Amino acid sequence: MLIFAAILISFIVIKLTGLDGKLGFLSTLFIVSTLLIFIQQWRLRDKAAAKDSLLSSFALLGMIMTVIPIVSIVYTVVIKGYKGIHFGMFINDMSLNSVNDPIKDGGLLHALVGTIIMVGGALVISFPIGVLTALYLTEIRGKLSRPIKFLVQAMSGVPSIVAGLFILSSLVYPVTKSLSGMMGSFALSILMIPTIARTSEEMLRLIPQELREAGVALGGTQWRTVAGVILPAARSGLVTAIILGMARIIGETAPLLLVSGGGDSLNFNPTSGAMGSLPYYIWKSFLTGGTEEAFARAWGGLLVLLAFIFILFGLARFISGRKGN
Amino acid sequence: MNTPNLVIPPPREITTRPRRSDQIFRGVVTVGGMASLVILGLIALFLSVKGIHILREERFDFISGSKWEVITDDSGSIAESSFGIGAMLVGTLLCAIIAIAIGVPIAVLSALYLTFYAKGAVKNFLVSLVDLMAAFPSLLYGFWAFFIFMSSAEYWAKLLNKYFGFIPFFEVPAPIFERSPFIAGLVLAIMIIPIVTSISREIFDQTPLDRIQAAYALGASKLAMIRAVVIPFGRGGVIGGAMLGLGRAMGETVAVYTVLNVVYQINWQVLFGAGGNVASLILLKFGEAGPYEVDALMAAGLILFLLTLFVNAVADVLINRFGSKGR
Amino acid sequence: MQTQVAPSSLASVAGNRQARVPGSELLGTGLETRGVHAWFGTKHVLSDVSLDFAAGTVTALIGPSGCGKSTFLRTLNRMHEFIPTAAMAGQVLLDGKDIYAPGTDVTKIRLNVGMVFQKPNPFPSMTIGQNVLSGLKLAQIKRSDTDELLETCLERAGLWSEVKDRLNEHGGALSGGQQQRLCIARSLAVSPQVLLMDEPCSALDPGSTFRIEQTISELAKTMTIVIVTHNMQQAARVSDYTAFFLSDGGPGAMIEAAPTSKIFSSPVDKRTEDYVTGRFG
Repeated sequence: MLIFAAILISFIVIKLTGLDGKLGFLSTLFIVSTLLIFIQQWRLRDKAAAKDSLLSSFALLGMIMTVIPIVSIVYTVVIKGYKGIHFGMFINDMSLNSVNDPIKDGGLLHALVGTIIMVGGALVISFPIGVLTALYLTEIRGKLSRPIKFLVQAMSGVPSIVAGLFILSSLVYPVTKSLSGMMGSFALSILMIPTIARTSEEMLRLIPQELREAGVALGGTQWRTVAGVILPAARSGLVTAIILGMARIIGETAPLLLVSGGGDSLNFNPTSGAMGSLPYYIWKSFLTGGTEEAFARAWGGLLVLLAFIFILFGLARFISGRKGN
Repeated sequence: MNTPNLVIPPPREITTRPRRSDQIFRGVVTVGGMASLVILGLIALFLSVKGIHILREERFDFISGSKWEVITDDSGSIAESSFGIGAMLVGTLLCAIIAIAIGVPIAVLSALYLTFYAKGAVKNFLVSLVDLMAAFPSLLYGFWAFFIFMSSAEYWAKLLNKYFGFIPFFEVPAPIFERSPFIAGLVLAIMIIPIVTSISREIFDQTPLDRIQAAYALGASKLAMIRAVVIPFGRGGVIGGAMLGLGRAMGETVAVYTVLNVVYQINWQVLFGAGGNVASLILLKFGEAGPYEVDALMAAGLILFLLTLFVNAVADVLINRFGSKGR
Repeated sequence: MQTQVAPSSLASVAGNRQARVPGSELLGTGLETRGVHAWFGTKHVLSDVSLDFAAGTVTALIGPSGCGKSTFLRTLNRMHEFIPTAAMAGQVLLDGKDIYAPGTDVTKIRLNVGMVFQKPNPFPSMTIGQNVLSGLKLAQIKRSDTDELLETCLERAGLWSEVKDRLNEHGGALSGGQQQRLCIARSLAVSPQVLLMDEPCSALDPGSTFRIEQTISELAKTMTIVIVTHNMQQAARVSDYTAFFLSDGGPGAMIEAAPTSKIFSSPVDKRTEDYVTGRFG
């Protein structure tokens, strides 16, 4: 009842004043309905209830404003991206094509391969370090636990471009003197380690203390107990940590622009030569193209990237949900 | 029940001699646990090694100056150079502050919604959605903002200018509203909302149930309960979460580079289409920089790194003092 | 039930530890404690407990919550120190050797003194069979007759007939009582001489409790058992000796220890009488 009145009044307001567009209508609708509910609550009950209704209206508004961008982002990427998707893109690279070529030419195979290699490499580096950090915090619980926890947190706040600069200054310039996929893996692992460490820590904390006691009481050393009981019990949690770590870095762009060289052709060797990646492919299509084809290519790439993130996220939900049951 | 003259002995020193395998295990784990310390230390070290001579040369001008130029002579060697990231620091702070000012209230409201209003499947779905959004790469936000969000943001910017143009902040020297710090700040706000929302939600969730029930038992409405119980309990933690968001916003590269018109001048007029931040400067200049300029970029990276480290440290202190351990 | 000869020292310990003749009449592998104190941080939780557990006997530790009986139990196989800030004083002698002596291999102690916990805690990542044999893996004991061992342990824990066809299922699929018996079987696999049980039935229904008590009686023929229980009827049913613990707000202490029948019929101390007759606690 109230909501119809609100829609009606908003409609009239829009017609009378110059506010235009969907956005104007929605904001007017919000103000009008909040006011109507406020007045209704005041008349039916009291001032406190009316004020209470204000909070619930604004809390809902906050939630809606939080959700609008994600809906818009997903909608935009799907609508604009599907035009850029074609089968050929998964078997071709861009070595012979420019981003402005017709969309049917070329593809992002090299970018997919590069992303998989670099993310895989980052995982190989980050997983042991992340899990060891988590084990330090949950099993050793040494004097440095508190500072280490802070440092992991601080590390997750390192700007991605700084991770790129660090790899440049510590490895590329003094040692390898060339950009490569491996450098990309190193830069990405700096961003991945904190995610894996924190998620693994949370997961290891969920393992009941009784299991540790049972392992030790059976004559297990700490090492045997962790390796034989704790880590197997936390297996699905650790897989979740891996997945969330991958989701964190799969779209990272800035460090790869600095250190991976950004190739256009298929390269399976992470130790030498420029290596492409999905983010670089998208970046290049947007910035160097300017034609419809280039944009379609970029949105197509974004759709593939978004699909990866959705799959990884769904997988993490599925695994942690299954464990809960 | 003890005999009165019983002397309580001092505790024994419990000496465990761990087996060799455990000694190795504890050693390996401890070394691995130090990784974050080592990596952060190495970042500071290597950026300093590369950038220190620039900082020595420019001294305080590196922070306060707003000139970034390298003049080479005919042979290609550097004749004159001047590096100062003042303008970019201003831009970094400006965008980040706008992001916080807009993003945090929205995030806190939606956290309140998720904790005290949403229920069951809707709640679970929204929580997942917010978490998913936190995992979106900045590339995605940047391009979405550039192609979709920019026009509506521009509309708001014009409205602001029209009605509040008398405030110096909202003046514009020329009617260029596209790609302004204001719009970049809005995009950063959208990017940090999920992060601040989930931290705030976690903290609100820890509000002691007995206090909530006590407030309700006294006849408080939801608003009164939240004001009397939840806000005092969660304030510090939420501020900590906001600081975390601030750190994220200050270090953001790709989204800002995409949305903002990076111009090398100090610009306080947030609605005007010119600005920059340290991270986007690094990306912008890196492509064409010679070795000497790269060192200057390393120095800029070092400043950015220290700045975010500081903000994160403050956030950590606030979250831990007021957050997980209660009070 | 009372097949063993009571060491005379045990009854005389109560309230008068000077009168005790250290460890002289013990048979086989016994466990003795001398003036055991325990702390968590600066909090003194257990004061001056001296108690002997003769080989092949079942001793019940009873007393109200917070009296230190579980803490005492955990000092007996050095699980006490598993809690950070935990400290102790006094001696625990296994086969006459102080298990807290410097240079002792804690792992060996825990192999000899097994433990069953309050809540059944089978390892979730392992099958029933793997759970039983997990101790061998954890302690790196090589045995060739694992199939027989598996059957013997489950048989002794009274679980064999129920699970012999489902050894490859996960331990979590069992009922609470079966899980607890699985945990007992798991402890038996590494052949401990002493088994400590920390309120093993408190999370179980009466039927399962009955099965566990049967198991305890069976096991008592071959090993020394110390059981902490809240349930005085249980103590009366399964134990040869009973020790009563109490805290007056300060550290917990042992008030009285004697053959079970004596504790329940004619206790020496007024407080023991009050407790076993249900006047408090």
